[in-house]
Amino acid sequence: MTTTDALDAASADGPVLSLDGIGRTYISGEVEVAALADVHLEVGRGEYVSIVGPSGSGKSTLLNILGLLDRPTSGSYLFEGLEVATLDENDRTAVRGRRIGFVFQAFHLLSHRTVVENVTMSMLYTGVPPKERVERARAALDAVGLGHRADFTPTRLSGGERQRVAIARAVVADPAVLLADEPTGNLDSRTSEAILSLFDELRAAGLTIVMITHDASVAARADRSVRIRDGRLTTVEAS
Amino acid sequence: MNRTTFSTRDLLSEAVAGLASRPARTLLTVLGTVLGVAALVATVGIAQTAGNRIVGSFSELEATSVTVSNNTSFYGPATGLTPFPRDAESRLTRLNGVKSAGTMGPVDVDGALASTVTLDDPTGQNEFQMDVLAASPGLLDAVKGEIRMGRWFDIGHDERADDVVVLGPGAAERLGVYRVDQQPVVFLDDRPFVIIGVIQDVARQANLLNAIIMPEGTARAHYDYKSGDVMQIDVEIGAAQLIGKQAPIALNPDDPTVFRVRVPPAPDSLRNSVEGDVNSLFLILGGVSLLVGAIGIANVTLVSVLERVGEIGLRRAVGARRRHIAGQFLLESTAMGLVGGIIGATVGILVVVALAASRQWTPVLSMWIPFGAPILGGLTGLIAGVYPSLRAASLEPVDALRSGT
Repeated sequence: MTTTDALDAASADGPVLSLDGIGRTYISGEVEVAALADVHLEVGRGEYVSIVGPSGSGKSTLLNILGLLDRPTSGSYLFEGLEVATLDENDRTAVRGRRIGFVFQAFHLLSHRTVVENVTMSMLYTGVPPKERVERARAALDAVGLGHRADFTPTRLSGGERQRVAIARAVVADPAVLLADEPTGNLDSRTSEAILSLFDELRAAGLTIVMITHDASVAARADRSVRIRDGRLTTVEAS
Repeated sequence: MNRTTFSTRDLLSEAVAGLASRPARTLLTVLGTVLGVAALVATVGIAQTAGNRIVGSFSELEATSVTVSNNTSFYGPATGLTPFPRDAESRLTRLNGVKSAGTMGPVDVDGALASTVTLDDPTGQNEFQMDVLAASPGLLDAVKGEIRMGRWFDIGHDERADDVVVLGPGAAERLGVYRVDQQPVVFLDDRPFVIIGVIQDVARQANLLNAIIMPEGTARAHYDYKSGDVMQIDVEIGAAQLIGKQAPIALNPDDPTVFRVRVPPAPDSLRNSVEGDVNSLFLILGGVSLLVGAIGIANVTLVSVLERVGEIGLRRAVGARRRHIAGQFLLESTAMGLVGGIIGATVGILVVVALAASRQWTPVLSMWIPFGAPILGGLTGLIAGVYPSLRAASLEPVDALRSGT
């Protein structure tokens, strides 16, 4: 399998994500709207990068493209050395399911299923045996401090606890990168601090993190912050 | 990169979990299919039970009896009567399917009174006006008669025109004949006849029970007897229809239409017509309820897809392919149909059994119904789920994640 070989060769020390001239144009009636234009971005292994910008700046579009949820209209996107901009849907789904962990602003937990079932969800489609799934899910919940809530349904958890369940779900499948979309957007400041500390711990453990936020103080927790405005990455500053 | 997979076991457990997480809604959705399948099963079951009941009332006795009458007028005395040939019995018994046959008819004794003793007894009557019948030797078997004592006359008595009679049990009672070993005599006016036997019972032609019965040859010799007016034929099971057609031709090849033939109704055509009547009406009803059930499942599955857009987006994000999403929703709707079919079949069978019990009938149900009904329900769910599942699979993950929570 050539794709697997290429991936193995590149994954050793090259950048995890490499965007070169990525653009995304929406067609609205007769008008073309460029949500992203000529984006260049590299994220190295173990890096913690924040993408900050006001609403409508194109940061969600960028995250969707980074997470292979959406397809760029131009440019090249190497994920662990593999060109994913032109992959077919099933292969993109495979990369997404196996190598990317998502944390959403709205948590996206299944309210009728238990916490541990929600966490095992991210291993459902990747061929992990059921028994191992539950063991790994419980270990991940212990790691985020929610081992005692494993058999609750998410409706009985606070917002901060729900986001920690979502983080456990994102990291349990051992992804190459964690993509977080406004992870503290629905949380109060004290709970946000706990979540951001959790990201710091994950960063220290060697996980690559890309976080989108509109909050400069949240963005400042990352190693590196990238500013996006009108679909263009305008400034790159080291913190 | 290896493509993502969704094992059958995981597919099943996810579908079950999806249904079990909303038990009330699942049950209400299933209800439509339950009603449809129950209506179908009850309809078919009741039709079969009733059909069996109707056929069951036609006994073997009835089904093996064919009578040929040469009296073509419905009421009154025989006019324009075509006599049976003298060898009618042997003509009929040559036909394949005939077990026995015999002719019989009334004998006009010109008002003669019957008595066993000529005795002037002021305290009791000893002379009676009684039916006198003539019969051919084969008649006893043809009416499935049994002899209580003595014997039935044979072809020898008939040909010699012996003065012998056999009494029906009612006639023997009135005449005070309790034994025949002393060769008692019955007088018709002044003519004596030796009583050679008394009948116990007959299954057909009940007028034999109260009659004095003599051989046809005897009746011809003394009473100007022309011919019997009815021929009783005992046939093999299933041969009645055929013999009914063949007998008149065998008896009178010139003009078979002079005879009136009475055969039992063909059981199959009867059952089919009953089942057909009941079925066509209620099958439509059952089909309509099943259709309503299918629309119900389709509707709820579609609503469920719209409600679970966020879940679909999440599943796509964690590696579910379009076919995995479609498969899950399709399995959920099929499972609902299957469960509805099982419950519906159970309810329908209970209805059939309860109805049969209340009428003391035997419930009858084809073997394929308890197995076919759940499959029908499952198919209903499967078809109902196709559109919603395709809808779910066609959602773009980015749209699904944005619009769902």
